[in-house]
Amino acid sequence: MSFMSKSPWVIHYDASSCNGCDIEVLATLCPGFDAERFGVINTGNPKHADIFLVTGSVNSRNIHVIREIYNQMPEPKAVIACGCCACEGGVFHDCYNVIGGVDRAIPVDVYAPGCAVRPEALIDAIVEAEKVLEEKYEAMKKGEHAPVIPLDAPVLKKGA
Amino acid sequence: MTTFVATVVGSICFAVLAPIVGCFLDGLDRKISAGMQGRVGPKLMQPYWDVRKLLQKEKMSVNTVEGTYIACALFFAIVAGGLFYSGGNFLLCTLVITLSSLFFIMAAYSTRSPFAEVGAARETLQVMSYEPMVIFTAVGMYMIAGTFDVAGLFDMRHPLICYGWPIFLGLLFILTIKLRKSPFDISSSHHAHQELVKGITTEMSGPTLARVQILHWCENVLFLGWTGMFFLSAGPASLIVALVFVALVYFLEIWIDNNFARVKWQVMLKWAWIVALVAGGINIAVLAFA
Ligand code: SF4
Repeated sequence: MSFMSKSPWVIHYDASSCNGCDIEVLATLCPGFDAERFGVINTGNPKHADIFLVTGSVNSRNIHVIREIYNQMPEPKAVIACGCCACEGGVFHDCYNVIGGVDRAIPVDVYAPGCAVRPEALIDAIVEAEKVLEEKYEAMKKGEHAPVIPLDAPVLKKGA
Repeated sequence: MTTFVATVVGSICFAVLAPIVGCFLDGLDRKISAGMQGRVGPKLMQPYWDVRKLLQKEKMSVNTVEGTYIACALFFAIVAGGLFYSGGNFLLCTLVITLSSLFFIMAAYSTRSPFAEVGAARETLQVMSYEPMVIFTAVGMYMIAGTFDVAGLFDMRHPLICYGWPIFLGLLFILTIKLRKSPFDISSSHHAHQELVKGITTEMSGPTLARVQILHWCENVLFLGWTGMFFLSAGPASLIVALVFVALVYFLEIWIDNNFARVKWQVMLKWAWIVALVAGGINIAVLAFA
């Protein structure tokens, strides 16, 4: 039996969010929504985390940071794009410096839409990500490993 | 020879029972903390699930020596617990548990990560802060009971607390540091603080982190035993009294954890030494001259 879905520890990274989604991520952990009911802990450390919460869109400055954090997380791991910006660029999609959603930098498992993303949607996304973690755990036992993405790798295809 | 056998048997029993008790206490801690913060909080089993999950994660380590140091830290924590709970020498127990802390610090330093090094430096300061009071406790125990053996406490007419309550208060003060509770959780904190969260364990992940968690559970059980020791005297009833006081102390620590903001290391070091010198020093002086 796998314990992956019992204790989803998260790490939160603010890519280039307007801070709206970040506040919602933290609100999810606060008494009002109390995500710790489901075992969620905000670790602040990629090496301890299972789920990567990214808010905001990817630009050429932070794409390396997102990939670095992703590569440092031990398997099994899941990525949640939190908010419209993280899903596909949102209101910033046509800014000169914006590349797009988080899926242009790393593979994304769950998309949580909303501007800003609602804590309910976020909790829902974490529960979805738990299923992904279970699947990845099974795959890990068979010897499969998520790709290590070089920091200067080309931008991924949208929704890849 | 018999002490050796007792220690080995004690250590084996401690290795089996302490993680179970420690895990339960941790779950209780999170539940009570959540209640104090107006939350529902996780299930009582949550710490167990966390550790099982960590054990199932990918092994990922910056070097091979880190895991060895953590294994040594866990081993010596278990030996210290075995020594204490089999009624062995308290002074030896304090030294062995310090050795365990040193291995933990070495593990963090060995990773050469700046965050882990800051955490390790802070942990070293914590050891520096609480160690004088621990030595005073051992000295005070010898002066009152005439022995370092924990088993010897069951022969006493009055428990240690009668003549050693200032030392007990001093021990309570450093217990907050030892249990890694706010305001003294400067090397690692388990809450959603973003700054230096779990500094000392920055580079530890998966199974190694699980071992660190089990190490903390063992330490917690041992340190709560130290506070319970003050209430032991002849007769089995004293054991129940000790358990009640241990429960009270643990609740007090959770309350402190939830009500105080973290202090700087300077404040911690200063106050830990002032409390040690005043509580421990006066108590020992009175015992020596009265
Ligand atoms: S989705 Fe909306 S709230 Fe969230 S980062 Fe983008 S603009 Fe801000």
